[in-house]
Amino acid sequence: MIIDTDASDHSAEQAFRRYELNGAYDEMFHTVDHPRKQYRQLYAQLLTLGAGELRRSKQEADQSFFNQGITFNVYGSEKGTERIFPHDLLPRIITAAEWEIIERGLTQRITALNLFLQDVYHEAKILEDGVVPGNIVYSCKHYRREMRGIKVPRNVYVTVVGTDLIRNPAGNFVVLEDNLRVPSGVSYMLTSRRVMKQIFPALFRKCRVRPIEQYSQALLSTLRSLAPEGRSEPTVVLLTPGAYNSAYFEHAYLARQMGIELVEGRDLLVHDNVVYMRTTFGLQRVDVIYRRIDDDYLDPLVFEHDSALGAVGLFNAYRAGNIAFANALGTGVADDKAIYSYVPKMIRYYLNQDPILENVETLLMSDSAQRDHVCQKLDQYVVKAVGGSGGYGMLIGPHSTQQERAEMRQRILAEPRNYVAQPTINLSTAPCFVDGTIEPRHVDLRPYVLYGENITIVPGGLTRVALRKGSLVVNSSQGGGSKDTWVLQN
Amino acid sequence: MLSRVADSLYWMSRNFERADHAARVLEATYGLILNPAKVSTEERWFRAVSSLAPGVASNGLNPQLSLFLLVADLEGSFSIVKCISEARENARQVREEISSEMWEQLNRMFHEINSAELQADDDAGAMRLVGLVREGSYRFHGITDTTMNHDEGWHFIQLGEYIERACNLSILLDAYFSVGKRANDLDWMGLLTSCTAFEAYCKACTAELKPERIADFILLKPEFPYSVRYSVDRMHDALTSIGNLSLSRRTGKIDRLIGRLRSTVAYVQIGDVIRGDFHRYLTGIIDQCRDLHAAVHEVYIDYPIEVAFET
Repeated sequence: MIIDTDASDHSAEQAFRRYELNGAYDEMFHTVDHPRKQYRQLYAQLLTLGAGELRRSKQEADQSFFNQGITFNVYGSEKGTERIFPHDLLPRIITAAEWEIIERGLTQRITALNLFLQDVYHEAKILEDGVVPGNIVYSCKHYRREMRGIKVPRNVYVTVVGTDLIRNPAGNFVVLEDNLRVPSGVSYMLTSRRVMKQIFPALFRKCRVRPIEQYSQALLSTLRSLAPEGRSEPTVVLLTPGAYNSAYFEHAYLARQMGIELVEGRDLLVHDNVVYMRTTFGLQRVDVIYRRIDDDYLDPLVFEHDSALGAVGLFNAYRAGNIAFANALGTGVADDKAIYSYVPKMIRYYLNQDPILENVETLLMSDSAQRDHVCQKLDQYVVKAVGGSGGYGMLIGPHSTQQERAEMRQRILAEPRNYVAQPTINLSTAPCFVDGTIEPRHVDLRPYVLYGENITIVPGGLTRVALRKGSLVVNSSQGGGSKDTWVLQN
Repeated sequence: MLSRVADSLYWMSRNFERADHAARVLEATYGLILNPAKVSTEERWFRAVSSLAPGVASNGLNPQLSLFLLVADLEGSFSIVKCISEARENARQVREEISSEMWEQLNRMFHEINSAELQADDDAGAMRLVGLVREGSYRFHGITDTTMNHDEGWHFIQLGEYIERACNLSILLDAYFSVGKRANDLDWMGLLTSCTAFEAYCKACTAELKPERIADFILLKPEFPYSVRYSVDRMHDALTSIGNLSLSRRTGKIDRLIGRLRSTVAYVQIGDVIRGDFHRYLTGIIDQCRDLHAAVHEVYIDYPIEVAFET
């Protein structure tokens, strides 16, 4: 291995020579050369390391990811379908005070969202009181009529949540999206921490970073707390679509970390409304399913009839109270991007509190005045499909072409309920090690919330990075990567 | 252990053993055709092809083409490349069950032979792949035995390996002995080399190549790892361990079948079987292996629900 020891690398001017602040909130710097307090240790370290050393660390990190098999599958390519997840070497740092707000804000928000789900699948009071319009709920693709009146364990619908936060130019965290169906990425949070500890051990000690390693234990006890009554030693399984799914690594990783079986639909069978898995010992009863499959594919009797990913009869077992799903079915109605715009009202309605974390201003295309306004100024807005995820089918106005805007306009007019628009927000930037220098890139933050007997949020999350210069899209399917996220002790 | 996982491990092992066996036979047979002999080249190829790829019409197939087909053909289900790909695919489904060293070794082998892009007339290239598989296989077996818990999953791997080996050896013996009268010493050396048995045979029986002794060695020798008897004994060990672990009350049929198979290879005199209907004796072993496979599948992998609910 060639080690670059060029002395000229060892200066602040060199390491940060291409670091330009562009008006976004920068996570590291107040102004150029004036790092924020929480970043001073890292800054000092970076000045002493130099580009050669950083490059070596980067190689070491990549190799470590590769050896551990931390990969995701790329759809549609025959050979070499596994790639390592792009990872940036420099940690993103969050202070104790900032984290305290995030933690309170998320707890408040998830509590309200859960109450909303409980409500819309039972009395639907919030609709009756006119706080959220009924037509928006009932026209949502992810609203599940089948869930009406079904009691879910502990009345918890959203067990595992990954909420996407961004920091606006004023420096405040706001909520961009709630992911209440099957959020992924937590394995990258956990494995990248392990790699970072190998690479920056001294920095960890100096900065006093709060641990996140307890996530798997917390997840397991959260899942166990959902077990049907009378099942004191519940069997928990993780249901995966299989080795061809892009998140298969994560499914296998979490199953191993929790010591539970990784099952596929064909391993399960339902008899007299009880779910079993087929083992060499015989049939073994299953009590809780952490499912990483969308509602649509869980039970061909009730949902998509030609799906082979789930198992026949699961829904009846669920209705009979013999099995718990995490997350519950039908939670997609609450992360619909049109319904998202009503979350602050839900918080006031159910909890009688002011929201701690604000929403991003969101215009509903089903509203004719807002639609007309947006359609005229598409170049200033981000337009998203209400049920979309992974950054697919999204228009970023300022970076779009005339033709893309025309196409989007047509799609909006054809299906107004299916779209929302948000003003383009300059996501905050954080330092990234790119091509031998340190440059700012836009980032967001996805903390993971667990909700069972109580709400647990491990201090950290997945910081996603738009690795392409100037890009605002952080999704891994669109050229995004990740960073380790350090929440500091008080 | 999940039934699907056990099944994947079993098939990973069978597919791997099939590739390994094909590599051994091709190496031995390729050496043979370089010698002029009474038995014509075509007949030797017929022998190899019919033992490795049953049902494939090989009359009139030229040696080079059949070598290519047996090594690198992706269409048929018999080629070495195909078997390794299948084994890797089986392993991929259960990556959490096998050790990461096993996965890495299998994955590396797959990429090595898959990236070779062999031409149909490239004998030397084909034999290089065969060599890679032979070397890789020793490593894979070593890694499997030293890095994985010898628990239920490992026993399913053992079962797959030895059931495949018992069948392959029986088919190979049948192919050689069906032309027995016209075979010469070189042919018998080919048979022994195909089973990595030449040196072991010489040690036990001297270099005098007598068909009956060779048959005795490859069929009935309990100490030699590439004998049918040894394979059946290991199948018995694996099935006993699996039965003890799973506490299943439904292993009666498996116990009877493996017991009968053992007595078929343990309590016979080679003279009797070879002078009797040897072909029938050998196909009898293969049929018994097939029944055993079906019984294992029925008891551990794909049992009817009604049976599972019986108390």
